[in-house]
Formats: sequence, structure tokens, C-alpha cells
Amino acid sequence: MAAVPLSYYLVLSGILFFCGVLGFLIKRNIITIFMSIELMLNGVNLSFVAFAAQWHSLNGQVFVFFVMVVAAAEAAVGLAIIIAVYRTRETLNVDQVNLLKL
Amino acid sequence: MFHLILFLFFGAICVAGAVNLLMQSHPINSALSLVVVMGSLAVEYLLLGAEFVAAVQVIVYAGAIMVMFLITIMLLNAGKEERSHGSRVAMLLGVPGVVIGGALIAWTILARSTTDSVSIGALQGDPRGIAKLLFHAFLLPFEVTSVLILIAIMGAVVLVSRPEAVVRSADSSPVRQPEPMIKDRELVAAGKDH
Amino acid sequence: MNITTFIIISLIKSAAVVGVLLTAVAYSVWLERKVSAHIQNRWGPTRVGPFGLLQPLADGVKFIFKEDLTQPHVYKPLYIAAPIIAVVFAISSIAVIPFGTWIQVGPLPVVGSLGTYSQITDVNIGLLLVLGITSMGVYGIALAGWSSNNKYALLGGLRASAQMIGYEVSLGLSLVGVVIMAGSLSLREIVDAQGGVFWGFIPRWNVFHGQTLAFFVFMIAAYAETNRMPFDLPEAESELIAGYHTEYSAMKFAMFFMAEYANMITASCMATMLFLGGWHGPIFGPYFLRVLLPVAWFCLKVFVFMFVYVWVRWTLPRFRYDQLMAFGWKVLLPLAVANIVVTALIVAWRA
Repeated sequence: MAAVPLSYYLVLSGILFFCGVLGFLIKRNIITIFMSIELMLNGVNLSFVAFAAQWHSLNGQVFVFFVMVVAAAEAAVGLAIIIAVYRTRETLNVDQVNLLKL
Repeated sequence: MFHLILFLFFGAICVAGAVNLLMQSHPINSALSLVVVMGSLAVEYLLLGAEFVAAVQVIVYAGAIMVMFLITIMLLNAGKEERSHGSRVAMLLGVPGVVIGGALIAWTILARSTTDSVSIGALQGDPRGIAKLLFHAFLLPFEVTSVLILIAIMGAVVLVSRPEAVVRSADSSPVRQPEPMIKDRELVAAGKDH
Repeated sequence: MNITTFIIISLIKSAAVVGVLLTAVAYSVWLERKVSAHIQNRWGPTRVGPFGLLQPLADGVKFIFKEDLTQPHVYKPLYIAAPIIAVVFAISSIAVIPFGTWIQVGPLPVVGSLGTYSQITDVNIGLLLVLGITSMGVYGIALAGWSSNNKYALLGGLRASAQMIGYEVSLGLSLVGVVIMAGSLSLREIVDAQGGVFWGFIPRWNVFHGQTLAFFVFMIAAYAETNRMPFDLPEAESELIAGYHTEYSAMKFAMFFMAEYANMITASCMATMLFLGGWHGPIFGPYFLRVLLPVAWFCLKVFVFMFVYVWVRWTLPRFRYDQLMAFGWKVLLPLAVANIVVTALIVAWRA
């Protein structure tokens, strides 16, 4: 066959998204959880670009920029929060940031 | 044919990187796998014709955001992660559940898709076209995201600034010194940390 | 032309360009040693060959035969991967740099002619490609600092990454003015837009044609990107015990060395192409000379920039780290943005 069907791109984007969700749920190091969030955002970007190519509209590609900008801002603030948490709790394991637990 | 081979090759690298991110115990290995995923995603964007987006993905995402992650991991000297009780349960139930759910959705999409194929370089995402959209139709979101970045910069600087400790110097006038980031535990216990 | 001819010509071009680049890297080490020696009123290498011209060969042999120590406490995979990453990304960006005009290999009529640009490939977004490869080059240094498991190396690596990220922003923004004037991101078109003269005799190079401020911002940001004096605190010999490559010896150290000089050559090529008109210069003579002269002009301009690199290194003292970061973010970035605004206003007013 001459070209790749759109559904292949969507399945790849879905696999990346699901790996991100898995990482978010099973990992205990807070920086790794953050990276799983970035992986989810990347999966979504791929789906935007694939649909932009399908419908011949550049809106999809422009939206990818906004997703990247939001991801950058969120990563900066999130890492600042992680550093602040590390200073007080001296650990990066989310299970040990449990002072508010009953 | 060539398109399919390239797509499958770089798709396999993406998935391998994503799975490696999950399976590594040290966060720096996970960070490097994520960089590999972003690089191969940039190639996938090129296959779809989005050349400007691919370049921006490498410059911004892989070249700046991931370096920020890497600097944080190195600064905090994050070691290997421990396995606690909650993560055991999540892994035993969650991993098969997500894999089955994902496989179901993938099978549904592949079996029932009626969309056409996407040829290689289908939509030429040249900078001129994207700029026309970005500065005409999407001008308001563009300006709002620039304000968002400004807020994020200010927030990050405020969150990381250290509370300053006041230390009495020899002539008993207070001298402001920043608190050390990690207090030496023995000194704190002995009450001698200033 | 058909696909096999294209592949063969591309392979020949790639091999030739990479060969020339690696030789240029080796001889830029010689250039640095000679120029620094004459600045310091001594001779430099004179024994190995006339004027010490075979010194790089002797250095290469020394690096190959030196004992390659690998400490037990390093993190092995990244320790070995870091110099490889640094070298690969340093050499890759030569792929889109145009260093001459069209070379006609086959029969001269246009239909069915066989020719090629003097460039490995021309990509629509060539400028962004070079910026992207420069961004990825930060990883080699950061990972080298981390994997050495040594606090001086880690500090050097962290400082170098923060410095490179900060100055990369100013680097990219200073190039936006050039892109506005040329109307394209493709490197070949940017160079082509600088042909001809204005006011009779001044060549239409970007540095004379309005991008002077961008030129100086680019040069300062390029010195910071390649970690050269006066911004070389990450690898300062007297401050951080060689910084991020403290724990490397022999061949791996040689790879970092090569990566640094290849980055310098890439930055000099970029400055030539974007601001000094690339291969433009007086071209005359028979066909053979018409093909060779642009390449010669390009190489001459790159050589001038390399000389300025070495000259600045041995003339200026080093910046302190906080002065360096403050300068990059508080002085260079506003200047680059101001340059973009003024250029855009003037171009829009003229149109």
C-alpha cells in the first residue's frame, strides 16, 4: 500500500498516551510522574498533527504550539514545586509526602 | 511502502522509549528515554509534513524542557526509587487493565476506521502558513500564552526563593543569610545549625 | 536525475564535507596553539613539521595511544555515551551549510544536466535545524557532568547547561532579524539574498545592511554557546579542575575537544553565512575557477572568524558565573528583541 492510514497514527498516539497514564499511576518518584505527564501531552500532539494532515487544515499544527507552551509553563512551575517540597521533606517519593493524611 | 517502513520504525522507537520510561528505576534513565521519544516524534511529524512543528519540538521540548528536567534531577541528586505498598497494588491491577483497555481501543480504531491514507508529507506546514494563522486567527491565544509564560516565570522564581534566616553577627546587628538547602541532620539535632 | 545518482552524489558530498570538517577541527587546534603562542610572545609548536603543521597528527597519535582510564565509580552507560552525543551533534550541523554555488558535473544543457549544490542538502527550515542541533548538544555536557560522579564535574555540567540554555534564546532571537530580511528559513536562500551591492560598492551583506546589532548579539551568544572565553567558566582550568571533563582521559577527552572545535567551526560558518554574505565575493575567470572561488571565499571568512575566536579567548578575562547569567538574560535578550522589533518595523514600512 502506498501510504499510511490515519488510524495507525492515532493508535500510536493512543499507545503513548496510555504509557503516560500508566507511568502516572504506578511510579513513585515525583519527577518520573511529571515526565509521564509530558509523555501524555506528546501523544496528544501527535494526534493533533495527524488530524491536521488528514483534514488539510493548519489549525491542528498551530494548536500544537499552544500545547507546547502550556507544557513548558507547567513543567517550570511543577519543577519549582518539586524543589520546594524536596527542601522540606528531603525525599522525592510521593508516598512520603503524607503529612495531611489522617 | 517507504512511508510505512519509516512510520513503523520510528513508531517502534517511540513505544520502546515510552515503555523504557516506565521500566527504569532511576529517573535520569527515564528522562533520557523521554528525550528519545520526543526525537522520534519529531520524525513522525516530518513524515506528516509538519516541518516547522518538528523543528520546534526538537528545539523547545527536547532541547529546553527536558534539559530543565535533567538539571532538576541532577540538582536534587534523585536516587533510585523505592517500591512502596501502594505502587505494588497499582502495578498488579493497573498494568493489565490499561493494556487490555488500550488494546481494545486500538483494535476498534483499526478495524472500523474508514478514513483514507495519509501520504508522506501530506500537509506542508511551512512557517509562512503557520505564521498567518498564528498572528491573525489565533492572535488572542498567542498573547494569552505569552502572559501565561510570564506568570509561570514569576511563579517559579517565587516558589524556589529561600526563606532568609537572620543571623546575629559579631556587633549584634542582624545579617541576613539564606538558609542552606539541606540541613545537616546531626547539627540540627544538636541545636547548632546556625 | 534518478535516485541512484542522487544517492551516489550525496554520499560523495557527505564524505568530502565530513573529511574536510574533521581536518579543519584538527588544524583549528594548531591555529589556536600558534595564535595563542604569538599573543603570549612565544613560538608555539615548531618542531613537528614546518611551522608545526604536523602537530595535530602527533596529537592524534598521542590520544590514541594514551591509557584510557575508566574510574570504577562512574555511571558507565552515560559516561561512554556523553562524548559520543557531544561529537555527533557537533558534526551533524555541517549538513545544511552552503559553502558554494551550483557545481555542474554532467553535460551543460539544462535538460538532463547533472549537477548539485555545494551543500549536502538544502532543507526548507535549515536555520531551525542548526538551532535544534545546537540545543541537543547541551546533553553531551550535562550527561558528562552527571555521570562522572564528581562534584566538580557536576557543578561544571550544571553551569554549562544553564549557560547554554540561556544564551541559546538570544542566539535564536538575533537570527530572526536575518530571517525577516531574507524572507525564508532556508540557508541557501538567506545567502542568495545577500548578493549584489548597494550604494555602488558596499556589498549587500547583512552586517552592513541593517543587522549590525544582531551580528554582535549573535557573536556574543555564539561564544557563550560554544563555552569559549570569556564565557568558559564550565571548563575553566583554574577554577573547576577542568569542569565537566575532569574524569575523562585519552580518546573520550579527545572527542570532547573535537566537539568543542567543531561547534566553533559551525558557529563561524553560521556567522559567515547569515551576516557576512556566505560565499559571495569577487568571482571571475574560467568555469573551474568560478566553481572554486566561492568555496575559497567562504573558507577565508570562516578562517577570519576562527582567528577572532582565538584572539578573544587569549585577550579577555573570564566572566564570573552570576555576571554571565545576568548579562545573557538582562542585556542580550532585550537587545535581540529590540532588534527584531526595529527590523520588522523597517521592513514593513518599506513594503
